[in-house]
Amino acid sequence: MRSAGTIGSIGAHDLQEIDSLLATFLAETRARCAILVDRSGRVLSTRGDTGGFDATTFASLAAADYSAGDQIAELLGESEFASLYHHGERQSLVLADLSGWAILAALFDHRTTLGMVRVKTKGVAPRFAAVFSEIARRGPAGPLVNIEAGWADDAEREIDRLFTE
Amino acid sequence: MSMINYASREINCKLVYYGPGLGGKTTNLEYVYGKVNPDTRGKLISLATEQERTLFFDFLPVDLGSIRGFKTRFHLDTVPGQVYYNASRRLILKGVDGLVFVGDSQAERMDANIAAMENLYENLADYGYEPHKLPIVLQYNKRDLPNVVPMEELHAYLNPMGLQEFEAVATQGQGVFDTLRAVSKQVLKSLG
Repeated sequence: MRSAGTIGSIGAHDLQEIDSLLATFLAETRARCAILVDRSGRVLSTRGDTGGFDATTFASLAAADYSAGDQIAELLGESEFASLYHHGERQSLVLADLSGWAILAALFDHRTTLGMVRVKTKGVAPRFAAVFSEIARRGPAGPLVNIEAGWADDAEREIDRLFTE
Repeated sequence: MSMINYASREINCKLVYYGPGLGGKTTNLEYVYGKVNPDTRGKLISLATEQERTLFFDFLPVDLGSIRGFKTRFHLDTVPGQVYYNASRRLILKGVDGLVFVGDSQAERMDANIAAMENLYENLADYGYEPHKLPIVLQYNKRDLPNVVPMEELHAYLNPMGLQEFEAVATQGQGVFDTLRAVSKQVLKSLG
C-alpha cells in the first residue's frame, strides 16, 4: 500500500500501546525480534533480540526495500504487495505493511515458521493501523521548544562542535 | 516532518542530498563519514552499481548525542542523480526534513543542474511538500575546476529564492561541513 503519511510525534501512551502489541506479536510468533519502522525509514520501536545489529541502518534499508516493492507492484498493475519475504540460511525476514503508516519487520529463525509469522502479522496489522491513525488525527504534540526551553540553542552548539574539521 | 518520540525521548531528522548525476552528493557523505568522530556515526551504506554510481541511495546516520534529555540523530541520505532513476529519487524524499542541493559548477553541467532542480520541485510537489517551508541549502561543488560558471550566474539560474548557498570542493572537504551545519541548523529551527 502506498504510504499514508508521516508519523510526526509519539507520546508515552502511544509507545505503550505499540510496545504491548509488539510484545504480544513476539510471544505468539516466537520470532527473534520485531522492529517497527516508519515509511521514511526511522525506527519507531524495537522488541526482542536484535543481536546488536544497527537498527537505524536496518530501518532505512527496510523502508527503501518496501517502497521499491510498492513501485514494482504499481508497475505490474497490482494495488500492493502486502508483505515482502527474504529467505536466509539461518534467519529470515518478513516486512509487512501497516495500512500505509509503517512497516512491521519480523526477523525469525527455526523456532517458528513463515506461515505463523504471516498469519499473526495479518492479525496485528489493523491494530497497529488504529494506533497510527489516532496519532495522525491528534496531530503534532506542539513545538519542541515549548517542552524543552533552550533545546534548540544547545543543539546548535552541538552541531558546531560535531560538524567541524 | 521530524519524527519526535516523546516516550523514548528521541528526535530523528532526515537530510537529503539532491542534485544532478556525478555532482558530488556521495562525496559529501564520504567526507563527513571520514571526518566526524567515529563514535557519533553509523556505517555508511551505499547502494551503488559496480561502477560506483549511486543506484538507490547512500545513507549515513550521525548522532548529535543527548540534548536536554532528547537523543538527537540526523539521517543523511543521497539520491541517485541519473535522470532515469527518478522513481528512486522520489522514494528517498519521503519524510525529508531538510535538503542540500549539490550543483555541479562546470559550464557543461548547467542544463543538468537546472533539470535536477526542476525535478526536485516536481517530486516535492508529488508529496505535497512546499519548498518555501522546507529548509533547503545550495552547494555549488567543483569550484576548483577550470571551466566553472561564475557564482552570480549559478545564483541567478538555481537560486532565485535567495536560499543559503555555499561554494564547495567536496573532494577536499571545502564547504562540506559549512553546508551540513547550515541545513542542520535550519532543520532544528523548523522544529521550534
